[in-house]
Amino acid sequence: MIPLNVNGKTYSVDVPPDMPLLWAIRDGIGLTGTKYGCGIAQCGACTVHVDGKAVRSCSMPVSVAAGKHITTIENVGATSAGKATQAAWEKLDVVQCGYCQSGQIMSATALLKEKAKPTNADIDAAMSGNICRCATYVRIRAAIHEAARTLAA
Amino acid sequence: MTTTHLSRRQFLKASAAASAGLTLGFYLPATLAQAGPGKTTGSIAPSTFAPNAFVRIGTDGSVTVIAKHVEMGQGSYTGLATLVAEELDADWSKVNVEGAPADAKLYNNLAWGEVQGTGGSSAIANSYDQLRKAGAAARAMLVAAAAEEWKVPPDAITVERGVLMHGARTLSFGQLAEKAAALPVPTEIKLKTPKDFRYIGKQIPRKDSKAKCNGTARYTIDVKLPGMLTAVVGHPPRFGGKVKAFDPSKAKAVKGVVEVVPIPEGIAVLATNFWAAKQGRDALPVQWDDTHANKLGSDEILAQYKALAEKPAAIAQQVGDANAALTSAEKTLEAAFEFPYLAHAAMEPMNCVVKLGRDGCEIWNGEQFQTVDQANVAAAVGMKPEQVKINMLYAGGSFGRRANPQSDYLVETAHIAKAINGRAPVKLQWTREDDIRAGYFRPIYYHVLRAGLDASGNPTAWHHRIVGQSILTGTPFEPMQVKDGIDATSVEGASNLPYAIPNMLVDLNSPKIGVPVQWWRSVGSTHTAFSTETFMDEIAVAAGKDPVEFRRALLAKHPRHLGVLDLVAEKARWGTPLPKGKARGVAVHESFKTYVAQVAEVSMKPDGSFRVDRVVCAVDCGIPINPDVIRAQMEGGIGFGLAAALDGAITLKDGHVEQSNFHDYTVLRMNEMPKIEVHIVPSQENPTGVGEPGVPLIAPALCNALFALTGKRIRTLPIRSQRSA
Repeated sequence: MIPLNVNGKTYSVDVPPDMPLLWAIRDGIGLTGTKYGCGIAQCGACTVHVDGKAVRSCSMPVSVAAGKHITTIENVGATSAGKATQAAWEKLDVVQCGYCQSGQIMSATALLKEKAKPTNADIDAAMSGNICRCATYVRIRAAIHEAARTLAA
Repeated sequence: MTTTHLSRRQFLKASAAASAGLTLGFYLPATLAQAGPGKTTGSIAPSTFAPNAFVRIGTDGSVTVIAKHVEMGQGSYTGLATLVAEELDADWSKVNVEGAPADAKLYNNLAWGEVQGTGGSSAIANSYDQLRKAGAAARAMLVAAAAEEWKVPPDAITVERGVLMHGARTLSFGQLAEKAAALPVPTEIKLKTPKDFRYIGKQIPRKDSKAKCNGTARYTIDVKLPGMLTAVVGHPPRFGGKVKAFDPSKAKAVKGVVEVVPIPEGIAVLATNFWAAKQGRDALPVQWDDTHANKLGSDEILAQYKALAEKPAAIAQQVGDANAALTSAEKTLEAAFEFPYLAHAAMEPMNCVVKLGRDGCEIWNGEQFQTVDQANVAAAVGMKPEQVKINMLYAGGSFGRRANPQSDYLVETAHIAKAINGRAPVKLQWTREDDIRAGYFRPIYYHVLRAGLDASGNPTAWHHRIVGQSILTGTPFEPMQVKDGIDATSVEGASNLPYAIPNMLVDLNSPKIGVPVQWWRSVGSTHTAFSTETFMDEIAVAAGKDPVEFRRALLAKHPRHLGVLDLVAEKARWGTPLPKGKARGVAVHESFKTYVAQVAEVSMKPDGSFRVDRVVCAVDCGIPINPDVIRAQMEGGIGFGLAAALDGAITLKDGHVEQSNFHDYTVLRMNEMPKIEVHIVPSQENPTGVGEPGVPLIAPALCNALFALTGKRIRTLPIRSQRSA
């Protein structure tokens, strides 16, 4: 049994310690907003926050996350940065297929928590680990700037 | 307006008995209420107003549009709902969308005959009249209900945003739903004129944004059924390979693994969760029989194609006498082009859920080819197509991959469910590696183009020879689309070259290779737009003419090509100076009856690396239904095309796919995405699609810009393979 603190709730998950956090969240706890895309930390679809930092959950063993505060897309809206990011995403109709967007929003939120007013270079650096095959990047960039404006207001 | 004298209930009964399914099918399938992303089984409340197969109105005023096309990112749910909402005068905020069940008579793609499916950028084009009529019929019945209620003529009633009005009196859709449901269905329907459109052509939000921003949107990977097992499959490393022997013991030793079963596609490891299934699959020793497997590599295949390019070919298009005109030309040019295999690599690796029962089979999937998949899965499990029920989910991208004529990954799931005798529902989940290596690639192509110019630099001859595997041969589409050795999808974009050249020949050689291939977003135009548009640039330079002016002169009879070309040239300020180290390149191309022109602005560093800074795009897709979705599709299409242009390549060595994941099948990331400016040509023509036509132009526009910077022509894709080559 591995204790996991996800979105403020404590779960006791019966999974092997080397199982990636992603699958503990999806198959163990049943939260499916976090997606599998590559399994090798190349695409960012599985991005969650572990103690506030954006982490590729497909490549972190669940045992490493035990006892840490994990936030997923299901609850990121409870933070002001997460709420502003989701609102900006909706306002600009960023999504297409949408499969990568949980991860995109988690990475963007972590960026905005660190840098209230990110530059384009900051966005390139923080977001280039998140692949979008629909190539919604133009709008992701615009939505991050939009969310930053909301948070500054 | 004339109306039938059948009540809706009688009509339902009569048409169900006759299996009627005309444009406005009034037969409401029993499965309807169970369809749609995130929907669970339930029945329609008896008071719900469901005047036809495409719209339901609840007593709470909610409007549900039933979408016969998959939402895979292209905005179909939003676009289809817009068509209904427009004629219904619905309140957009109360409109929901559900995916339709499989039904070739009710929900067929009108461009394809009796097949339900999405492709060829046809969703809006084939639904434009059908769904507006569905909305208008529902509106007419609501108006009739209000007219009865108020005892006024229907003409005196106005409808706005889900509310019917007469003088100071108002009734909502919800209040009238029950009454309207009992009224006759109109047979003649008057549609709005475009000047009265409230939603079409306006900025209205997507229907799938919220769910896709908060993690609640349901994809196949998210399906969980009681007792369900997850399967990961060991596939043969070469196409056409078979299992010779396997030892399940190591896989079975993994905690959570329940079964290890052979299937025609390989060996399936079933477990209580994905990770256990994957661990089990990875631990499974399998010996493969490669007797009939493809052992060719990309280099050998390309070498064969180059030899074939010298051989006689089947004629796809012929005007005048190109060979004679080439012989007599003042100046001739020749260029050869190489294109690699490409994987679709949708973000959601292919997957499917199948629940096999004694009397029926249920599928959960983001379905692009509903009735094709239904038939293939039925055959795989020994049932009739109507015994296979499809539950539609959002598709995590496709780019053509989910429209597989063999229904490969769905049939694979069905085989697993059959192999365990339906003891548990099965979710097949491919890993990224499985997905990249599964084949059904955009084929390798080799093109040779020759042109002849007269003394004034006017092109007098054009010969375009294409060599490449046929996508359609061996599929159910072969009889329709392969004629006299010409697979239409191999030559589209080349055989219909718009330029006025008096002598033209386009011909094709289609070798058979044991590598499964498939359409890839924008299909033939993925290669034909590149070779034709970079070669046109080359001819323009040889003629000493400006690339835009040169094209303009040859497009006099093609006003829509000309329209987008002129618009893009104006918006990109074509011909105005750029700072040193920057250049522009242009391309214009029609695909799926949508006309697009793009100008790429590229900058180059002294070390030879380059960046696409900005792309200006002009698009003419007829009446723009949702301008923001059109812009989004152009933006995304350019990004998708740019990914392939820069680095996209699947290569085979000894029959093995060399790439496996995003580290070696690299795709576009944020840091390389250009700024994009989209301009939509105002139009009153019927709408055409936008999912694909944005893709094919960026590669030629970029390479034409690179030529302007370096004086070197790039004729082998991907661009960044040249350095290592």
